[in-house]
Amino acid sequence: MCAVRGLTKTYPAVRGRRGAPGTPALRATDDVRLDIAQGEIFGLLGPNGAGKTTLVRQLTGLMRPDSGSVEILGHDIVCHPERAARILAYLGQESSALDELTVSLAAETTGRLRGLDARRARAERDAVLDELGLAPIAGRPLKKLSGGQRRLACFASALVGERPLLVLDEPTTGMDPVARRAVWSAVDRRRAERGTTVLLVTHNVIEAETVLDRVAVLDRGRVIACDTPSGLKERVAGEVRVELLWRERAPLEVPEVAALQDRALESGRRWTLRLAPEEARTVVATVTGGAAFAALDDFTLATPSLEDVYLALGGAAQKGLVKA
Amino acid sequence: MSVVPAEVLPGGALAADETSGRAPAALGPRARLWPSLCAVYRAQLSRARVARIPLLFVATFQSIGIMILMRGVVDGGAEAQAVVAGSSVLVVAFVALNLLAQYFGQLRASGGLDHYATLPVPPAAVVLGAAGAYASFTVPGTVVTAVTGCLLFGLPMTHLWILVAVIPLAGAALAGLGAALGLLAPRPELATLLGQLGMSAALLLGVLPADRMPEVVRFARDLLPSTYGVEAFARTFGEAPAWGFVLGDLAVCAVVGVVSLAVATWAYRRAAVR
Repeated sequence: MCAVRGLTKTYPAVRGRRGAPGTPALRATDDVRLDIAQGEIFGLLGPNGAGKTTLVRQLTGLMRPDSGSVEILGHDIVCHPERAARILAYLGQESSALDELTVSLAAETTGRLRGLDARRARAERDAVLDELGLAPIAGRPLKKLSGGQRRLACFASALVGERPLLVLDEPTTGMDPVARRAVWSAVDRRRAERGTTVLLVTHNVIEAETVLDRVAVLDRGRVIACDTPSGLKERVAGEVRVELLWRERAPLEVPEVAALQDRALESGRRWTLRLAPEEARTVVATVTGGAAFAALDDFTLATPSLEDVYLALGGAAQKGLVKA
Repeated sequence: MSVVPAEVLPGGALAADETSGRAPAALGPRARLWPSLCAVYRAQLSRARVARIPLLFVATFQSIGIMILMRGVVDGGAEAQAVVAGSSVLVVAFVALNLLAQYFGQLRASGGLDHYATLPVPPAAVVLGAAGAYASFTVPGTVVTAVTGCLLFGLPMTHLWILVAVIPLAGAALAGLGAALGLLAPRPELATLLGQLGMSAALLLGVLPADRMPEVVRFARDLLPSTYGVEAFARTFGEAPAWGFVLGDLAVCAVVGVVSLAVATWAYRRAAVR
């Protein structure tokens, strides 16, 4: 349904001015190749600055790539970017165009601008607001809502005027669990009833594992892996994640602990290690007995998550992904 | 977090590249110009409920304040007519030029234009809808200023109906200019600055009587579209207004309006796809 080939976009270098250093040219997407099937919930996962939003802006016709092709439902989006608006609905990260409208008018206007007549737009608006539980706050301006509610209202606008492809850029940012559930059940209903395809941008690992059919992991503009979440996790199935939380500092005077330091990812008092199961057992035995134990505050052993996959694949940002 | 299981749907939805060799799918409907213009206009107009004070009142207070100040300087006659007409059109310049330039500048900088750019709506509908709404915001302020001015300076209110033509035509010219400045400015601060400068020019060149100014300033005054709105309005205070000149001034506003709105539409297209 959506095929991306060799998509490349480079932001030009910015020359430094007095007091402001220049930035070198940045390849935001680098020879990206993707295939998204109909009815799929496809995710783009990566840390901030990995090129997710740049990629999505090229898929939605908002930005012209330097080279490469994007084909959605048989339409060439690079040559005809204006067609993207008639195939997909896009939920961007910004709501400034809708901020001063009421929830109800934002949804209705968006429906009208998606080509619905006044009656259809009102009917769809009411249906979507009821579905997402927004009816009680329909008369309030988006500006006066909390971040999560505002996001949900923007999501509602994206659903009015049905499209076969939904492109959602971090749709659940700031939402409480009830709102998140409303989003995912609305997405799932559309997929089951109409075969809607969803392209989801996220940097939330837990969300990626639970809702996505397939995920492409992006790092510095390149797709470094593309598979189902469980398929990706199998790549590091032989490893266990060990997290050690020290009371004040790591007891480097213990030789076993000092030997681990090179392999540990340190963040404050926390050490994160990816180890083979056998090694992990030894490490746990070491730190839970003897001198090291006195310095240990807490420890956890866990099976790998998508974050471990990202790190194992050589992702550049060591702490870029959110676990929440 | 989600109640949705991430398994593959029945029906082989994940089968390999299925688009190849198939005819392109039907596109969704395109939003037509007039209905989408009305939808944008209505949505923009509703913003006045949330931002009532900056959009409707500030300009009026400013203009009435200026007229009260000028009362000590100007002693009736043609100068009073120019002050009242200038202050009334200043409301239009403040809202349609300055505030609209700021609005589009911020919308462009914050990525808010993406919302419109990913909807199948004609660029002209977005620009004309917003410009129309901002021109409408000027109506109460302009009318209140004109009536207050007539009372302050003892001018006749017989021909105030000319505002029905002055507001939309000066509104179109200045809103088009504001939208173009806001959409062309590379940074939002520049859009704000240009809007402010435009308004200050309308204030200085429109309100202060022209015959006391040096040649260069008078030339600048002739370049500013708001001047023609002021002139048209000021002429109608006379005993026997020269309607031909009034029409001529309004025609200049109309032409500038058409040109600047066309430029703004082009600027919107350019700003939406980068």
